[in-house]
Amino acid sequence: MSTELPLYHRPAHELSAALRRGEIGTVELARAVFERIRAVDEKLHTYLTVTETIGMETAAEVDRLLNRGEPLPPLAGIPIGIKDVICTRGIRTTCASKILEPFVSPYDATVMRKLHLQRIVLTGKLNMDEFAMGSSNENSAFGPCRNPWDTDRVPGGSSGGSAAAVAAGTAIAALGSDTGGSIRQPAAFCGVVGMKPTYGRVSRFGLVAFASSLDQIGPLTKDVTDCALILNAICGHDRYDSTSADVPVPDFTEFLIPEVRGLRIGIPQEYFIEGIHPEVETAVRRAIEQLSEMGAQIEEISLPHTEYAVATYYIIAPAEASSNLARYDGVRYGYRTPNAEDLIEMYRKTRGEGFGPEVKRRIMIGTYALSSGYYDAYYLKAQKVRTLIKQDFDRAFEAVDVILTPVTPTPAFRLGELVDDPLQMYLSDIFTIPANLAGLPGISLPCGQTREGLPIGMQLLGKPFDEGTILRVAYAFEQANPYHRLRPAL
Amino acid sequence: MPRITLEEVEYVAQLARLELTEAEKRTLTEQLGRILDYIAKLNELNTDAVEPTSHVLPIRNIFREDEARDPMPREEALRLAPARHDGYYEVPRVIE
Repeated sequence: MSTELPLYHRPAHELSAALRRGEIGTVELARAVFERIRAVDEKLHTYLTVTETIGMETAAEVDRLLNRGEPLPPLAGIPIGIKDVICTRGIRTTCASKILEPFVSPYDATVMRKLHLQRIVLTGKLNMDEFAMGSSNENSAFGPCRNPWDTDRVPGGSSGGSAAAVAAGTAIAALGSDTGGSIRQPAAFCGVVGMKPTYGRVSRFGLVAFASSLDQIGPLTKDVTDCALILNAICGHDRYDSTSADVPVPDFTEFLIPEVRGLRIGIPQEYFIEGIHPEVETAVRRAIEQLSEMGAQIEEISLPHTEYAVATYYIIAPAEASSNLARYDGVRYGYRTPNAEDLIEMYRKTRGEGFGPEVKRRIMIGTYALSSGYYDAYYLKAQKVRTLIKQDFDRAFEAVDVILTPVTPTPAFRLGELVDDPLQMYLSDIFTIPANLAGLPGISLPCGQTREGLPIGMQLLGKPFDEGTILRVAYAFEQANPYHRLRPAL
Repeated sequence: MPRITLEEVEYVAQLARLELTEAEKRTLTEQLGRILDYIAKLNELNTDAVEPTSHVLPIRNIFREDEARDPMPREEALRLAPARHDGYYEVPRVIE
């Protein structure tokens, strides 16, 4: 069926095979994606910067290499977009913020270096919530991105541009970043696959820091196979990131086995709460039943501190952010106010004029939580509760191999629906935040649609550095279902 | 008793080197108050005997060889500066 889809809607592994068989050309493929961007991106706004010249040059180079019969890595010639929070040498990296609007990175992030080694076709820099803070992409200083399934709705955030691009075919695959769900939640809202790897699995060098103990780069793709291919390309220890883990990286494609017999899947009762959208609950429950019929062993489990995760996160993440974002002072790069008489005034005005409302809100929460007299009551308290949340998972994983949950309590909401209620917006991350606090890998994949045709996602969480097992369960589920072949009508 | 007052918001903004308009201060006082109310939920838990987690990986200090490497060329770094002077970053007056 998918061979009938236009090139821009086909997954990377199919395209990669077609390129090698000479059925399609790399230039032809790149042109199809850049034309798709021209056709739909005025409406969707998935990109902040399109790098057509660079992308077409690489495409021509890959065609030359293919014609000479040179062996090429699996992602060679695949058009991939990058969330605009990842540094790209010689290309604007704005973090969707006015304060970094003029910033052209003088270096490549480690993940970019690795993708360039694979000779990907770079399509451009994708829209996001400013500094990756948000759940709807409405916090982009350059205008929101829209959900390709219903353009009145948000694509999710903060990697909204990445998810919407993969769903709409303005990219074949994308990189995003996930601090509290920023890959998995938009993947669910847009009906694509998104993975946050284990903390430390992927180098953060060149990822503009939001909350350093939580941030992790990961792929957004059209299916689980593509997810494994991108993980193969980007994982691994890096001397430039001392928090990247020095552990062996398997070939993740070896876990793509459509077989779950005997695997123990935990269902945490705390994730099926009041307020969850009935169609989301039904779809996830049906997925559980299906996996059970396929031979997986379903176990009820408890993660008793789940209800404290959002409060914990909204101390730790802003505290780390307030410290990380202190570097934007108008001295060395980025925006500087033209209206300052002295240095302190320059700092204050540059930051006051350069940051948007959500970033200011988080800097304020974080600075408050870290300020003298409040540190023990907020930051230290949150770090202790973080331990309790992590222990919940340690205990659960003694009895099960993976944990299955919804990704979000609701399908994609409407633009403007939560914008005036930051707390309600924060609570929409309730199912994704715990994995960041505990450092666990998590994948979001489509498991159904609402009657209105909005995608619904399910989440699989794994043990640290066991991305393989969640890929296996995800792949088995995907292959037994049609959802990864659905495309939005635009 | 509100969790945070307008004066505290002004003080925190000063610590964060963040200029806020009067309207922003009022909005933030209200929003931060509600967020802090929610966060107070953590006080339901007794954590006296719990160790804090600052980081999930079992790593402490990571050392590397102390060897010289080529830094980014000065011109390349300065190219991004909003204002520069004689090979340095230029900033407004610091002291009277």
